[in-house]
Amino acid sequence: MAKTLYDKLWDSHVVRENDDGTSLLYIDRQLIHEVTSPQAFEGLRLADRQPWKLSANLATPDHNVPTANREQGIIDPVSKLQVDTLDENCDLFGITEFKMGDIRQGIVHVISPEQGATLPAMTLVCGDSHTSTHGAFGALAFGIGTSEVEHVLATQCLIQKKSKNMRIDVNGKLNSGVTAKDVILAIIGKIGTAGGTGYAIEFAGDAIRSLSMEGRMTLSNMAIEAGARAGMIAVDQTTIDFVKGRAYAPTEAQWLSAVDYWRDFKSDDGAYFDKIISLDASDIQPQVTWGTSPEMTISIDALIPDPEQENDAVKKEGMQAALDYMGLKAGQAINEIPVDVVFIGSCTNSRIEDIRAAAHIAKGKQVAGNIKQALVVPGSGLIKAQAEKEGLDKILLAAGFQWREPGCSMCLAMNADRLEPQERCASTSNRNFEGRQGQGGRTHLVSPAMAAAAAIAGHFTRIDAR
Amino acid sequence: MEKFTEITAIAVPLDRVNVDTDAIIPKQFLKSIQRSGFGPNLFDEWRYLDHGEPGMDNSTRQINPDFVLNQARYANAKILLARDNFGCGSSREHAPWALEDFGIRVIIAPSFADIFYNNCFKNGLLPIVLPEAQVNDLFDFIEANEGGQLTVDLQEQKIHYNKTSELSFELDQFRRHCLLEGLDEIGLTLEHSDDIKAYEEKQKAITPWLF
Repeated sequence: MAKTLYDKLWDSHVVRENDDGTSLLYIDRQLIHEVTSPQAFEGLRLADRQPWKLSANLATPDHNVPTANREQGIIDPVSKLQVDTLDENCDLFGITEFKMGDIRQGIVHVISPEQGATLPAMTLVCGDSHTSTHGAFGALAFGIGTSEVEHVLATQCLIQKKSKNMRIDVNGKLNSGVTAKDVILAIIGKIGTAGGTGYAIEFAGDAIRSLSMEGRMTLSNMAIEAGARAGMIAVDQTTIDFVKGRAYAPTEAQWLSAVDYWRDFKSDDGAYFDKIISLDASDIQPQVTWGTSPEMTISIDALIPDPEQENDAVKKEGMQAALDYMGLKAGQAINEIPVDVVFIGSCTNSRIEDIRAAAHIAKGKQVAGNIKQALVVPGSGLIKAQAEKEGLDKILLAAGFQWREPGCSMCLAMNADRLEPQERCASTSNRNFEGRQGQGGRTHLVSPAMAAAAAIAGHFTRIDAR
Repeated sequence: MEKFTEITAIAVPLDRVNVDTDAIIPKQFLKSIQRSGFGPNLFDEWRYLDHGEPGMDNSTRQINPDFVLNQARYANAKILLARDNFGCGSSREHAPWALEDFGIRVIIAPSFADIFYNNCFKNGLLPIVLPEAQVNDLFDFIEANEGGQLTVDLQEQKIHYNKTSELSFELDQFRRHCLLEGLDEIGLTLEHSDDIKAYEEKQKAITPWLF
């Protein structure tokens, strides 16, 4: 029978099927960070259990780490305790961890693909909803809670019920200045933040195929913002070329058989999808979110929508509450809205391609006078080093951006990088929820190119891609 | 985990769609390395008018009188009535920990985000999905009847309210069983250790680079 990519990933990892419709699913890789793991390790200790397969785990601190003045260590004692606890747990149990001084340290969802620890055809989990990122490699990757982190540590398995299959096709040629970030925001705008709930999404179509691995990771990363725990893209030559030669990738002796195995991880012709959504790439314009949910997104040339035009009463109220929180009015042109802060980073957009895109826009220009802070936070120490090798740091610094150390930073403001109440931020992160980047902060989700362009212009603007 | 059988309590109505886990428990409280103590900071940014940080004495903070959890008629609520896509966003299990620590044992909504829904069951919380029209009826009932209680019976999968009204709900049988018995899932899985080892042996031949 013809199978979808998700069917193949699922079937190849079922350890046993239970009578009640659930399955015990084998997990090949678990990524661990400091925020969602301490209680899991504590649970192991209390029950006197040991990790099932040590080598399946890879850890790094990312949410709490400072992005400036690292030589001073972590100043906030509560943050420090959490990172110290991760270090102690990894040392105690013998789990590989890239600690804060290690050049390989960074955001979990950036470092794992970078190391080749994310591979096609595997199952991968992490106590973090943006684990969907790794689906870009033709892997089944999804976020879990802390109890499940403990479950995977102890058993290398999870009890799961299979999701439904959804395919989202994006066909045609992407417009100039339109990036993977704009594509995924446009998708979320179309299907809504609960549109993918209960589904595993496969992104397909020639516009998706044309994306680099960095772009594909941006896309899969935000599948969770459409409600789907997992988003994935079939394995092709782009995937295989990216993986080759990385530290945790198969050795030369195993390489050919691995590639041979991976090539099958695509949906068969005629495979059944419960739902198919199609977008025409040429309809997608650069996006800017205007509200407090990622589905509240519009094209750069559009006007902020009017809640009065919405018929659904609950939705109308939600739109009005979002406008009030964001300090915006219906009918305003989004490209005239001034910005206070610019944040380029996060597991969505902190890879080398993202930093190149920002530097390309910033080259020879200056950050506008109304911008209080323009941060560039690379996703890992290795990306930072690569960008510096290419001179991107110098371009960005000369333009007035700050060049920081790797971590989650202002995406969720668990470290010192945060918005003040009512500050408006052009952010390359993934969530514009109330208070996400700091209490009272106002987040507009955009691509790295749009964020850089907003920094230079002082407001959102159509990107001059030349 | 505490067993769940039946509960009779007041329900508090949270009339908002897309309530995300950042709102349920803001990030500054995620720095705790404990599993308990999150209740006082449940919905922190909506419940208080000032900014909360870990370690603050919450009894001295400015309460937001307009927020529904602060209204006297809903004190001691153990059931939360919510709208679509409750618990969306971050996978933080601190969200169900905060709800449970506050005293909530049941959440009723037309839909939940997947990860949050899953996390509830690990912590003795029962999330119930009902059709929107039935959720609307419950909103109407609790808003019109101060002190009115709901009874949630997990064994029978029923909700009783307003003396004679009764609703049925669907639930995965494995999850129902674990909640009713207060079972440790890890222990259950480890009973299948031989199956896991057999799977690993089989896979070593197929995907040796993963072993």
